[in-house]
Amino acid sequence: MIVAKRKPLDEIVEMIAPYKKVTVIGCRSCVAICLAGGEKEVKMLVSALKVRNKKDHRHQEFEALVVERQCEKEWVKEVEDKIIGSDLVLSMACSLGAQTIGDMYPERLCFPGLNTGIFGVPEEQGVWSEKCIGCGNCIIHTTGGICPISRCAKSMLNGPCGGSANGKCEVNLDVDCAWAAIYDRLKLQNRLDLMEKITPAKDWSTSHSGGRRIFVREDAKLTPHQKKGREAVQ
Amino acid sequence: MAERRPKIVGFCCERHGMDAVVLSAQSGKQMDASVRLVQVPCTGRVDGIHLLKAFEDGADAVFVLGCLEKNCYYDTGSIEGRKRVDYVKQMLAEVGIEKERLEMFNAASSNAWMFPGIVAKMVEVAKKLGPIGGGDGH
Repeated sequence: MIVAKRKPLDEIVEMIAPYKKVTVIGCRSCVAICLAGGEKEVKMLVSALKVRNKKDHRHQEFEALVVERQCEKEWVKEVEDKIIGSDLVLSMACSLGAQTIGDMYPERLCFPGLNTGIFGVPEEQGVWSEKCIGCGNCIIHTTGGICPISRCAKSMLNGPCGGSANGKCEVNLDVDCAWAAIYDRLKLQNRLDLMEKITPAKDWSTSHSGGRRIFVREDAKLTPHQKKGREAVQ
Repeated sequence: MAERRPKIVGFCCERHGMDAVVLSAQSGKQMDASVRLVQVPCTGRVDGIHLLKAFEDGADAVFVLGCLEKNCYYDTGSIEGRKRVDYVKQMLAEVGIEKERLEMFNAASSNAWMFPGIVAKMVEVAKKLGPIGGGDGH
Protein backbone atom coordinates (compact mmCIF):
# COMPACT_ATOMS: atom_id res chain seq x y z
CA MET A 1 0.00 0.00 0.00
CA ILE A 2 0.96 3.64 -0.23
CA VAL A 3 2.49 4.81 3.04
CA ALA A 4 2.45 8.47 3.91
CA LYS A 5 3.24 10.72 6.86
CA ARG A 6 1.63 13.90 8.06
CA LYS A 7 3.58 17.05 7.24
CA PRO A 8 5.00 18.95 10.22
CA LEU A 9 2.28 21.06 11.78
CA ASP A 10 4.23 24.30 11.28
CA GLU A 11 4.39 23.64 7.54
CA ILE A 12 0.64 22.98 7.41
CA VAL A 13 -0.13 26.07 9.48
CA GLU A 14 1.97 28.26 7.19
CA MET A 15 0.42 26.71 4.08
CA ILE A 16 -3.19 27.27 5.15
CA ALA A 17 -2.70 30.59 6.97
CA PRO A 18 -4.18 32.90 4.28
CA TYR A 19 -7.43 30.92 3.98
CA LYS A 20 -10.47 31.36 6.20
CA LYS A 21 -12.54 28.29 5.36
CA VAL A 22 -10.51 25.13 5.21
CA THR A 23 -11.93 21.69 4.48
CA VAL A 24 -9.67 18.84 5.54
CA ILE A 25 -10.41 15.69 3.57
CA GLY A 26 -8.99 12.30 4.51
CA CYS A 27 -9.12 8.96 2.76
CA ARG A 28 -10.23 5.59 4.12
CA SER A 29 -7.81 3.56 1.99
CA CYS A 30 -4.01 3.21 2.31
CA VAL A 31 -3.41 6.32 4.39
CA ALA A 32 -6.02 5.24 6.92
CA ILE A 33 -4.29 1.88 7.32
CA CYS A 34 -0.90 3.55 7.80
CA LEU A 35 -2.44 5.93 10.38
CA ALA A 36 -1.67 9.08 8.44
CA GLY A 37 -4.88 10.34 6.88
CA GLY A 38 -7.89 8.33 8.03
CA GLU A 39 -10.84 9.61 10.00
CA LYS A 40 -8.99 9.73 13.33
CA GLU A 41 -5.98 11.52 11.92
CA VAL A 42 -8.15 14.09 10.13
CA LYS A 43 -10.07 14.83 13.32
CA MET A 44 -6.86 15.06 15.34
CA LEU A 45 -5.27 17.42 12.86
CA VAL A 46 -8.32 19.68 12.82
CA SER A 47 -8.40 19.69 16.61
CA ALA A 48 -4.68 20.48 16.79
CA LEU A 49 -5.11 23.31 14.27
CA LYS A 50 -7.98 24.75 16.31
CA VAL A 51 -5.86 24.68 19.47
CA ARG A 52 -3.00 26.31 17.55
CA ASN A 53 -5.32 29.04 16.28
CA LYS A 54 -6.62 29.61 19.79
CA LYS A 55 -3.06 30.06 20.97
CA ASP A 56 -2.20 32.39 18.08
CA HIS A 57 -5.53 34.27 18.21
CA ARG A 58 -6.22 33.42 14.59
CA HIS A 59 -9.68 32.65 13.27
CA GLN A 60 -10.26 29.98 10.67
CA GLU A 61 -13.18 27.65 10.00
CA PHE A 62 -12.41 23.98 9.64
CA GLU A 63 -14.44 21.06 8.44
CA ALA A 64 -13.23 17.47 8.69
CA LEU A 65 -14.34 14.93 6.08
CA VAL A 66 -13.24 11.52 4.92
CA VAL A 67 -13.95 9.85 1.60
CA GLU A 68 -13.68 6.18 0.77
CA ARG A 69 -10.92 6.58 -1.85
CA GLN A 70 -9.70 10.04 -2.69
CA CYS A 71 -7.93 8.88 -5.85
CA GLU A 72 -11.25 7.94 -7.48
CA LYS A 73 -13.48 10.62 -8.91
CA GLU A 74 -16.75 8.94 -7.90
CA TRP A 75 -15.91 9.21 -4.22
CA VAL A 76 -14.58 12.75 -4.46
CA LYS A 77 -17.76 13.81 -6.25
CA GLU A 78 -19.70 12.97 -3.08
CA VAL A 79 -18.10 15.91 -1.26
CA GLU A 80 -18.11 18.29 -4.22
CA ASP A 81 -20.25 20.92 -2.46
CA LYS A 82 -17.80 21.02 0.46
CA ILE A 83 -14.85 21.43 -1.91
CA ILE A 84 -16.52 24.21 -3.85
CA GLY A 85 -17.77 25.87 -0.68
CA SER A 86 -14.36 26.22 0.94
CA ASP A 87 -11.40 28.53 0.35
CA LEU A 88 -8.97 25.65 0.53
CA VAL A 89 -8.98 21.88 0.64
CA LEU A 90 -6.25 20.30 2.71
CA SER A 91 -5.92 16.76 1.46
CA MET A 92 -4.98 14.14 4.03
CA ALA A 93 -4.74 11.50 1.32
CA CYS A 94 -1.63 10.56 -0.60
CA SER A 95 -0.57 12.82 -3.44
CA LEU A 96 -2.84 10.84 -5.76
CA GLY A 97 -5.90 11.90 -3.78
CA ALA A 98 -4.78 15.53 -3.60
CA GLN A 99 -4.11 15.58 -7.34
CA THR A 100 -7.46 13.95 -8.12
CA ILE A 101 -9.23 16.80 -6.32
CA GLY A 102 -6.95 19.29 -8.06
CA ASP A 103 -7.67 17.82 -11.49
CA MET A 104 -11.42 17.65 -10.89
CA TYR A 105 -11.67 21.21 -9.58
CA PRO A 106 -8.75 23.03 -11.20
CA GLU A 107 -10.02 26.44 -10.14
CA ARG A 108 -10.07 25.38 -6.48
CA LEU A 109 -7.03 25.09 -4.22
CA CYS A 110 -6.06 21.69 -2.86
CA PHE A 111 -2.89 21.49 -0.74
CA PRO A 112 -1.22 18.33 0.57
CA GLY A 113 -1.38 17.62 4.30
CA LEU A 114 0.74 14.49 3.97
CA ASN A 115 4.10 13.62 2.52
CA THR A 116 3.59 10.56 0.35
CA GLY A 117 6.38 8.13 1.05
CA ILE A 118 6.65 4.55 -0.07
CA PHE A 119 5.00 1.45 -1.44
CA GLY A 120 5.24 -0.31 1.88
CA VAL A 121 4.27 -3.36 3.84
CA PRO A 122 3.26 -3.34 7.51
CA GLU A 123 6.02 -5.34 9.22
CA GLU A 124 4.49 -5.03 12.68
CA GLN A 125 2.03 -2.66 14.30
CA GLY A 126 3.26 0.85 13.56
CA VAL A 127 6.13 -0.17 11.26
CA TRP A 128 6.04 -0.04 7.45
CA SER A 129 8.91 -0.89 5.16
CA GLU A 130 9.48 -0.20 1.50
CA LYS A 131 9.40 -3.28 -0.71
CA CYS A 132 8.65 -1.96 -4.19
CA ILE A 133 9.46 1.18 -6.15
CA GLY A 134 7.13 0.45 -9.06
CA CYS A 135 9.91 -0.03 -11.60
CA GLY A 136 7.45 -1.52 -14.07
CA ASN A 137 9.31 -4.78 -14.67
CA CYS A 138 9.09 -7.18 -11.75
CA ILE A 139 11.84 -9.79 -11.37
CA ILE A 140 11.19 -11.19 -7.90
CA HIS A 141 10.51 -14.67 -9.33
CA THR A 142 14.28 -14.84 -9.90
CA THR A 143 15.29 -13.39 -6.53
CA GLY A 144 13.41 -15.57 -4.09
CA GLY A 145 10.47 -13.19 -3.90
CA ILE A 146 12.63 -10.34 -2.57
CA CYS A 147 12.92 -7.13 -4.55
CA PRO A 148 16.56 -6.03 -4.92
CA ILE A 149 15.53 -2.77 -6.56
CA SER A 150 13.74 -1.38 -3.51
CA ARG A 151 15.45 -3.31 -0.74
CA CYS A 152 19.06 -2.81 -1.85
CA ALA A 153 20.36 0.74 -1.45
CA LYS A 154 22.21 0.39 -4.76
CA SER A 155 19.49 -1.65 -6.51
CA MET A 156 22.12 -4.28 -7.34
CA LEU A 157 20.99 -6.95 -9.79
CA ASN A 158 23.72 -9.58 -9.53
CA GLY A 159 24.53 -10.21 -5.90
CA PRO A 160 25.64 -7.98 -3.05
CA CYS A 161 28.12 -5.14 -3.21
CA GLY A 162 31.31 -5.05 -1.15
CA GLY A 163 29.51 -3.21 1.62
CA SER A 164 27.45 -6.19 2.71
CA ALA A 165 28.66 -7.61 6.04
CA ASN A 166 27.05 -10.07 8.43
CA GLY A 167 23.79 -9.81 6.52
CA LYS A 168 23.60 -6.03 6.98
CA CYS A 169 23.83 -3.10 4.60
CA GLU A 170 26.72 -0.64 4.81
CA VAL A 171 24.37 2.26 4.21
CA ASN A 172 22.46 1.49 7.40
CA LEU A 173 23.50 -1.29 9.76
CA ASP A 174 19.91 -1.63 10.98
CA VAL A 175 18.83 -2.67 7.51
CA ASP A 176 19.24 -6.20 6.18
CA CYS A 177 21.30 -6.61 3.03
CA ALA A 178 18.76 -7.47 0.33
CA TRP A 179 21.15 -9.84 -1.39
CA ALA A 180 22.01 -11.69 1.82
CA ALA A 181 18.27 -12.13 2.28
CA ILE A 182 17.89 -13.27 -1.33
CA TYR A 183 20.71 -15.82 -0.86
CA ASP A 184 19.11 -17.19 2.31
CA ARG A 185 15.69 -17.42 0.64
CA LEU A 186 17.01 -19.13 -2.51
CA LYS A 187 18.94 -21.58 -0.35
CA LEU A 188 15.76 -22.38 1.53
CA GLN A 189 14.01 -22.97 -1.79
CA ASN A 190 16.87 -25.08 -3.20
CA ARG A 191 17.28 -22.60 -6.03
CA LEU A 192 20.78 -21.30 -5.32
CA ASP A 193 21.67 -21.87 -8.97
CA LEU A 194 19.80 -18.62 -9.67
CA MET A 195 22.55 -16.73 -7.83
CA GLU A 196 24.91 -17.62 -10.66
CA LYS A 197 22.57 -16.46 -13.42
CA ILE A 198 23.63 -13.12 -14.80
CA THR A 199 20.89 -10.52 -14.97
CA PRO A 200 21.59 -8.03 -17.75
CA ALA A 201 21.48 -4.29 -17.19
CA LYS A 202 17.94 -3.25 -16.35
CA ASP A 203 15.79 -1.41 -18.82
CA TRP A 204 14.67 1.54 -16.72
CA SER A 205 12.39 2.92 -19.42
CA THR A 206 9.49 1.11 -17.73
CA SER A 207 10.21 2.98 -14.49
CA HIS A 208 9.67 6.64 -13.76
CA SER A 209 12.94 7.34 -15.57
CA GLY A 210 11.02 6.79 -18.80
CA GLY A 211 8.70 9.67 -17.98
CA ARG A 212 5.14 9.67 -16.72
CA ARG A 213 3.56 6.26 -17.09
CA ILE A 214 -0.03 5.57 -18.04
CA PHE A 215 -1.44 2.06 -17.84
CA VAL A 216 -4.30 1.26 -20.17
CA ARG A 217 -6.62 -1.73 -20.25
CA GLU A 218 -8.35 -1.40 -23.62
CA ASP A 219 -11.21 -3.78 -22.87
CA ALA A 220 -12.16 -1.83 -19.75
CA LYS A 221 -12.19 1.55 -21.50
CA LEU A 222 -15.50 3.07 -22.48
CA THR A 223 -16.27 3.59 -26.14
CA PRO A 224 -17.20 7.16 -27.21
CA HIS A 225 -20.80 5.96 -27.39
CA GLN A 226 -20.69 4.58 -23.83
CA LYS A 227 -19.04 7.76 -22.57
CA LYS A 228 -21.82 9.84 -24.07
CA GLY A 229 -24.43 7.65 -22.42
CA ARG A 230 -22.74 7.91 -19.02
CA GLU A 231 -22.42 11.66 -19.31
CA ALA A 232 -26.12 11.89 -20.15
CA VAL A 233 -27.00 9.90 -17.02
CA GLN A 234 -24.80 12.11 -14.85
CA MET B 1 -12.33 40.09 40.73
CA ALA B 2 -12.27 36.47 41.89
CA GLU B 3 -9.28 34.41 40.85
CA ARG B 4 -9.97 32.30 37.81
CA ARG B 5 -10.32 28.62 38.65
CA PRO B 6 -8.24 26.41 36.37
CA LYS B 7 -10.12 24.03 34.15
CA ILE B 8 -8.83 20.51 34.44
CA VAL B 9 -10.16 17.45 32.64
CA GLY B 10 -9.28 13.99 33.89
CA PHE B 11 -9.91 10.75 32.05
CA CYS B 12 -10.11 7.99 34.65
CA CYS B 13 -10.46 4.29 34.02
CA GLU B 14 -13.48 2.75 35.72
CA ARG B 15 -11.30 0.23 37.51
CA HIS B 16 -8.36 1.25 39.68
CA GLY B 17 -8.31 4.89 38.58
CA MET B 18 -11.91 5.66 39.47
CA ASP B 19 -11.74 3.51 42.60
CA ALA B 20 -8.89 5.68 43.86
CA VAL B 21 -10.91 8.82 43.06
CA VAL B 22 -14.02 7.55 44.86
CA LEU B 23 -12.01 6.44 47.88
CA SER B 24 -10.38 9.86 47.98
CA ALA B 25 -13.78 11.58 47.88
CA GLN B 26 -15.11 9.29 50.62
CA SER B 27 -12.23 10.29 52.83
CA GLY B 28 -13.40 13.90 52.54
CA LYS B 29 -10.49 15.34 50.55
CA GLN B 30 -11.27 18.70 48.97
CA MET B 31 -10.23 19.76 45.48
CA ASP B 32 -9.58 23.39 44.64
CA ALA B 33 -10.26 23.34 40.92
CA SER B 34 -13.06 22.73 38.49
CA VAL B 35 -11.99 19.21 37.74
CA ARG B 36 -14.20 17.45 35.27
CA LEU B 37 -13.76 13.71 35.35
CA VAL B 38 -14.58 11.52 32.40
CA GLN B 39 -14.97 7.88 33.30
CA VAL B 40 -13.73 5.54 30.59
CA PRO B 41 -13.83 1.73 30.53
CA CYS B 42 -10.04 1.64 30.27
CA THR B 43 -7.35 4.24 29.59
CA GLY B 44 -6.54 2.16 26.51
CA ARG B 45 -9.85 3.50 25.18
CA VAL B 46 -8.71 7.10 25.47
CA ASP B 47 -7.83 8.28 22.01
CA GLY B 48 -5.68 11.22 20.96
CA ILE B 49 -8.74 13.05 19.70
CA HIS B 50 -10.35 12.92 23.17
CA LEU B 51 -7.30 14.57 24.72
CA LEU B 52 -6.97 17.23 22.01
CA LYS B 53 -10.71 17.93 22.09
CA ALA B 54 -10.48 18.68 25.82
CA PHE B 55 -7.86 21.36 25.08
CA GLU B 56 -9.87 22.60 22.12
CA ASP B 57 -12.91 23.00 24.39
CA GLY B 58 -11.06 25.09 26.95
CA ALA B 59 -9.19 22.81 29.32
CA ASP B 60 -6.01 24.30 30.77
CA ALA B 61 -4.63 20.91 31.70
CA VAL B 62 -5.64 17.32 31.08
CA PHE B 63 -4.67 14.14 32.83
CA VAL B 64 -5.29 10.45 32.33
CA LEU B 65 -5.48 8.19 35.36
CA GLY B 66 -5.28 4.46 34.85
CA CYS B 67 -4.37 1.25 36.61
CA LEU B 68 -0.78 0.48 37.56
CA GLU B 69 0.95 -0.69 34.40
CA LYS B 70 1.67 -4.20 35.65
CA ASN B 71 -1.70 -4.51 37.31
CA CYS B 72 -4.05 -3.19 34.64
CA TYR B 73 -7.49 -4.79 34.70
CA TYR B 74 -7.27 -5.21 30.94
CA ASP B 75 -3.62 -6.21 31.05
CA THR B 76 -2.09 -3.61 28.72
CA GLY B 77 -4.75 -0.87 28.68
CA SER B 78 -2.81 1.63 30.77
CA ILE B 79 0.29 1.01 28.64
CA GLU B 80 -1.78 1.87 25.55
CA GLY B 81 -3.10 4.93 27.38
CA ARG B 82 0.42 6.12 28.14
CA LYS B 83 1.46 5.67 24.50
CA ARG B 84 -1.45 7.87 23.39
CA VAL B 85 -0.58 10.48 26.00
CA ASP B 86 3.04 10.50 24.82
CA TYR B 87 1.92 10.85 21.20
CA VAL B 88 -0.40 13.75 21.99
CA LYS B 89 2.35 15.39 24.07
CA GLN B 90 4.49 15.41 20.91
CA MET B 91 1.59 16.87 18.98
CA LEU B 92 1.09 19.57 21.62
CA ALA B 93 4.75 20.48 21.28
CA GLU B 94 4.19 20.84 17.53
CA VAL B 95 1.17 23.01 18.21
CA GLY B 96 3.31 25.16 20.50
CA ILE B 97 1.50 24.16 23.68
CA GLU B 98 3.45 23.19 26.79
CA LYS B 99 3.68 19.42 27.05
CA GLU B 100 3.25 19.46 30.82
CA ARG B 101 -0.36 20.45 30.35
CA LEU B 102 -0.98 16.77 29.71
CA GLU B 103 0.07 13.99 32.06
CA MET B 104 -0.55 10.30 32.62
CA PHE B 105 -0.79 8.85 36.13
CA ASN B 106 -1.23 5.33 37.39
CA ALA B 107 -2.83 4.31 40.66
CA ALA B 108 -4.04 1.23 42.48
CA SER B 109 -7.60 1.18 43.83
CA SER B 110 -6.32 1.76 47.33
CA ASN B 111 -4.16 4.77 46.41
CA ALA B 112 -6.75 7.35 47.49
CA TRP B 113 -3.94 9.60 48.71
CA MET B 114 -2.68 10.00 45.16
CA PHE B 115 -5.69 11.76 43.68
CA PRO B 116 -5.49 15.08 45.58
CA GLY B 117 -1.79 15.15 44.70
CA ILE B 118 -2.55 14.63 41.00
CA VAL B 119 -5.13 17.41 41.03
CA ALA B 120 -2.78 19.70 42.94
CA LYS B 121 -0.02 19.06 40.41
CA MET B 122 -2.26 19.77 37.43
CA VAL B 123 -3.70 22.89 39.13
CA GLU B 124 -0.18 24.14 39.71
CA VAL B 125 0.67 23.60 36.03
CA ALA B 126 -2.56 25.25 34.89
CA LYS B 127 -2.02 28.26 37.15
CA LYS B 128 1.60 28.62 36.09
CA LEU B 129 0.83 28.43 32.37
CA GLY B 130 -2.61 30.08 32.35
CA PRO B 131 -5.26 29.42 29.74
CA ILE B 132 -4.17 28.51 26.22
CA GLY B 133 -3.91 31.68 24.19
CA GLY B 134 -4.03 33.78 27.37
CA GLY B 135 -7.79 34.32 27.10
CA ASP B 136 -10.49 33.25 29.48
CA GLY B 137 -10.09 29.65 28.46
CA HIS B 138 -13.27 29.44 26.40
